[in-house]
Amino acid sequence: MRAILISDPTLRDGNHAVKHQLNANQIAKYCIAAESAGIPIVEVGHGNGIGASSLQLGIAKLTDNEILSIARTHLKKSRLGIHIIPGFATIEKDLCPAIDKGVDVVRVASHCSEADITERHIQFVRIREKIVYGVLMMAHMLSSKELLIQAVKMEAYGAEGIIFMDSAGNFLPEDVIERVKILVDHLSIPVGFHAHNNLGLAIANSLAAVEAGASILDGCARGFGAGAGNTQLEVLVGVLERKGYQTGIDFYKMLDASDIAEQELLQEIPSIKSLSIISGLAGVFSGFLQPVLRIAKEFNVDPRDIFIELGRRRIIAGQEDIIIEVASDLAKK
Amino acid sequence: MKVAILGSGNIGTDLLIKILRSPYLECGVFIGRNPLSIGIKKARQLGVNTSISGIDYIQKNSDCCEIVFDATSAAAHFIHAPILKNLDKFTIDLTPAKIGEMCVPIINLDHILLFKNVNMITCGGQATLPIIYALSASGVKIQYIEIVSSIASSSAGPATRVNLDEYIHTTEQAIKSFAGISNAKAILNLNPALPCIDMQTTIFAEVKNLDINKFTKTTEEIEKKVQSYVPGYKILLNPLIENKRIIVIVQVKGQGDYLPDYAGNLDIINCAALAIAEKYAISRLNKEIQCEQS
Repeated sequence: MRAILISDPTLRDGNHAVKHQLNANQIAKYCIAAESAGIPIVEVGHGNGIGASSLQLGIAKLTDNEILSIARTHLKKSRLGIHIIPGFATIEKDLCPAIDKGVDVVRVASHCSEADITERHIQFVRIREKIVYGVLMMAHMLSSKELLIQAVKMEAYGAEGIIFMDSAGNFLPEDVIERVKILVDHLSIPVGFHAHNNLGLAIANSLAAVEAGASILDGCARGFGAGAGNTQLEVLVGVLERKGYQTGIDFYKMLDASDIAEQELLQEIPSIKSLSIISGLAGVFSGFLQPVLRIAKEFNVDPRDIFIELGRRRIIAGQEDIIIEVASDLAKK
Repeated sequence: MKVAILGSGNIGTDLLIKILRSPYLECGVFIGRNPLSIGIKKARQLGVNTSISGIDYIQKNSDCCEIVFDATSAAAHFIHAPILKNLDKFTIDLTPAKIGEMCVPIINLDHILLFKNVNMITCGGQATLPIIYALSASGVKIQYIEIVSSIASSSAGPATRVNLDEYIHTTEQAIKSFAGISNAKAILNLNPALPCIDMQTTIFAEVKNLDINKFTKTTEEIEKKVQSYVPGYKILLNPLIENKRIIVIVQVKGQGDYLPDYAGNLDIINCAALAIAEKYAISRLNKEIQCEQS
């Protein structure tokens, strides 16, 4: 059966769930466990990628440089990956130093309709002869045809695969299938999918993606991620094995890694709470959960109203500052 | 006084329309590189002299202008700057090339006429530096500044998109330099929502010795001053403290000159550039009058 490439952003997307406070010891322990399980790609960093530590998104406990040093020390066979969003991080300040530090895989991401801001970053990674993927975030905000146009651009810039992200956890399986099919039919590079679990569909959507032809999947140990969490990686690996797909991951050791994640990294196991359902249905980035909770309390407004209004205004990931404006408006009403 | 505009994209074309309204300036030539560009067509319709030979036109027709606005790209301005220096043109650079002296009209307009190449920083810089100036003026000790701008996707043309890194570096350098701090961060989001969102920028600051009432009062005064050259400039969220950060949000509505009024990002940098060009033209005019009288 087909091989599926697993990319594990536990130490990146998971950082959203702990306000970007993962420490050196936690990163080292999970890297050792992931290496031992044979996870092909281990992504690390601030929840929004390198160069994203900020008042806007949260100041990370560790610098990119510190995180990459620790991960590089412990990852041998597993490749070291990063996420980077142009507009937050630049080549000179962030990407170049990260590659110098030994990053193997760079995932250059943009909001789903803005692929052309990734051109220079993708090209830079190609020049430095590292693996580069294009990532289209908040993919539910575009139709499948519109998404294809953006993916084609990234392929032309030199991306070696395209991953589209259900950053709001809004997709149903049929939405995923439609998008994977059109991308697989028209691109000559692998297609990947990254799910969030707001509507309880992360595993189902990921399985639907591979059945429709996707060959890269993201998943996090215990689903570690903002709010309802991501695709639970150890479940995904088990399901893929049962369906006969090859991941190259040692399943028992994957289970061990997920236990280590639960003990060492997680403050609470992700579950689908009321607000995550609202944010999934409203199509708002799952990573907004922590700031929305804090700001709703400060302005004494209903966090559900904030999510609904953010969805109505089609606010995208990275626009966390607008939460304050929306809450302040709601408080006046 | 005659001016030339280099660059027939969104910024150049919007600037052209503003210059046609100016009592002090006239457009000697509007220069692009592509004969089919929408900007060139628009300029022709407006009866403006156009060229598609780039900087060559100014070299061959040096008397076409005294002021040159460069609205191309950072990479192109590195080529243009030395040529314009040799031709002794007063150059207003709207790209984030940051070769020239950085200017925000309400901060250093008078002083800037001493230089021959003036850099307009970025739209985010023009929107936030007045507030950062107000923060300094209210007597606080600034430790860190971060600005986050959201602009409508359709207001960001190809050069803006390719120049995102330069946008960030230039904006950060300007903030550090004007605020006298060693650490600053600039973030830019392109939002594709329809109807298009107005340009909006949030300023986060970490400071010591804050008197929020005094700061709020200063921002109100600054807002009025900026409105004198950027009519659509508005403080959307008054200074407040949230999660140990000061936050102010400003919104810039454009005048709908070329792109619709959501494109405040074009408007603010062009309004600032126009204010400088007019100041330069007036000062030259005054000098000529003085010379004639003496």
